[in-house]
Amino acid sequence: MKHHIILRIGAKLLIPLIMLLALYVQFHGDYGPGGGFQAGVIFASAFILYGLVFGLGELRRVAPLPILMKLMAAGWLIYIGTGYLGLALGGMYLDYNILSSDPVAGQHLGIFLIELAVGITVASTMLAIYQCFNAHQSGEMTENE
Amino acid sequence: MILQHLAILQVMLPLLAAPLCVLSRSPLLAWGIAALAGLFALAGSFILFAQVLNAGVISYHIGNWAPPWGIEFRLDAANSFVLVVVSLVGAVCILYGRRSIEREIPEDDQPLFYTMLLLCFAGMLGVTSTGDAFNLFVFLEIFSLSSYVLVAMGAERDRRALTAAFTYLLLGTIGATFYVIGLGFVYALTGTLNMADMAVRITGMAGSGTLRVAFAFMIIGMGLKLAIFPMHLWLPNAYAFAPSIVTALLAGTATKVALYVLLRILFTIFSPAYPFESQTLQYLFLPLGLAGVFVASIVALFQQDVKRVLAWSSIAQSGYFLLGVSFASVGGLMASIVHLFNHAIMKSGLFLAVGCVVYRTGSCSIASFRGLGHKMPWTMAAFVIGGLSMIGIPATIGFTSKWYLILAALERGWWPVAIAIVAGSLLALFYFGRIIEAAYLQPSTDDSTITEAPLSMLAPMWMLTISCLALGIDSELTVSAARAAAEALFLDPHAGLPAHTGP
Repeated sequence: MKHHIILRIGAKLLIPLIMLLALYVQFHGDYGPGGGFQAGVIFASAFILYGLVFGLGELRRVAPLPILMKLMAAGWLIYIGTGYLGLALGGMYLDYNILSSDPVAGQHLGIFLIELAVGITVASTMLAIYQCFNAHQSGEMTENE
Repeated sequence: MILQHLAILQVMLPLLAAPLCVLSRSPLLAWGIAALAGLFALAGSFILFAQVLNAGVISYHIGNWAPPWGIEFRLDAANSFVLVVVSLVGAVCILYGRRSIEREIPEDDQPLFYTMLLLCFAGMLGVTSTGDAFNLFVFLEIFSLSSYVLVAMGAERDRRALTAAFTYLLLGTIGATFYVIGLGFVYALTGTLNMADMAVRITGMAGSGTLRVAFAFMIIGMGLKLAIFPMHLWLPNAYAFAPSIVTALLAGTATKVALYVLLRILFTIFSPAYPFESQTLQYLFLPLGLAGVFVASIVALFQQDVKRVLAWSSIAQSGYFLLGVSFASVGGLMASIVHLFNHAIMKSGLFLAVGCVVYRTGSCSIASFRGLGHKMPWTMAAFVIGGLSMIGIPATIGFTSKWYLILAALERGWWPVAIAIVAGSLLALFYFGRIIEAAYLQPSTDDSTITEAPLSMLAPMWMLTISCLALGIDSELTVSAARAAAEALFLDPHAGLPAHTGP
């Protein structure tokens, strides 16, 4: 991998930008096109680029599978939890209006939490799928140099 | 507060328990979480059912958005009854599952297996509860995708589970896609996704070609999920190679939920008053139902694997469901719903008994059943009772099903159909007879180390077996519940509509 200097430098330049774009798509999703699904996929693609250039072993070190599994469940719990929060505050399930004293702010907060949950789960799921397929294809070998 | 929100908690508690199973590293803890969720759903479904019978339709507005704009969970006598069936079978299967899963699934995968099981369970409860046709599709996908995974997890025991799961995935996805295409057409016509609102808006559109196409797509989509006769090819392999508890769960609930959705499409969204529907019922469902009963029963006679015999018998039962529906009368619908409940109980019980045999012998071929009548008396007794019930011997619930089906056939004056139902039962006698003969009359094969299954498996299984007998002897409970369900679907589908029917 040492001699692919253009690839390595190019990837290192691009990865922060891709992550930034992902965060933009995530948090601007309330106002414009975007949201958790798209942002999650873009965020995962930054890691996948890292994995493509530096190899599966390095990617596993940065994003270990057990952590990804926990993140998947965490996103899912945030989603469900937002629903239960509505119940706990005396409203209906997934009722955003009562999350804040102002219904509009409540709606905003509600969809923010939901999209965040979706983003976390989608990003970690994409990465886990990539790692599993890649490990399967290379027969669990280390990088094919 | 819990009572007020029970309609949603019923679905959302298993959905909350599922990610907790991912996080728990120990299989025992995951099983505990799953069992609690299952028992909660079971208790909840009984309370909801009682509430609906006493106080009428329950409507829960998710996110406090009023229907028809928001998603509504809508429980009437029909779907709260299906809810009881699904959660009863689901809870029993989870309680039974611990030992069986220890044997059939690698330890690392067990928490994830429970996650998938809970997802599948929650998906089915969601399909049953929702009053929104698109939300129904979402829950349908949750339950279908997790059931493909569950079937594929049988690969530890037999690698052929993978191809079986893949076939199931392809055909299941086609089914779901057809449903959503049909739904798209209806949405284009009416601009609404709420089923009750949809029903109001399509009245008077019976001549519309779009509506007929939508109807065809939706019926075929659900027909695939229900494994109606020519669309049944995914079912035998999926049932035969899945882990035992998954087979028991799917056989008891998956096709029942599909049948429920089919009934919703036929009787809530559309109505037999539309000429195209009454023709479909008479010229398509009746012959397909009859063909399904006979073809599947005859194929079952020649199977060498007990799970496969039961799977083909399930396809035959789909035929009986269709017959009941095709009569297009309250009596026929009631017979179908009684059979829905009864078949869920007896077929799950039978598959759980096979699960006990797999647990002890590692195989489920008819040959491996030889002599088991003496070595595993409790398991085989449950199997025999389930088998007798499938045949339709009096004092079992299977008899109630057949009795009301025949009554409904005679009510329409279709006596050849009534004779066909009896003949179908006779075929069941032969395919169960082969297995029972092997278990009791044939000498056992060499090793005599096989003993009775552990109590933790026998107890949940016998719960189903005992209800199979008890509800067979006193059928009043199921029959009156099914009659209420049939009347809710057939006579008064538009009762209790939201006062505002659109902007």
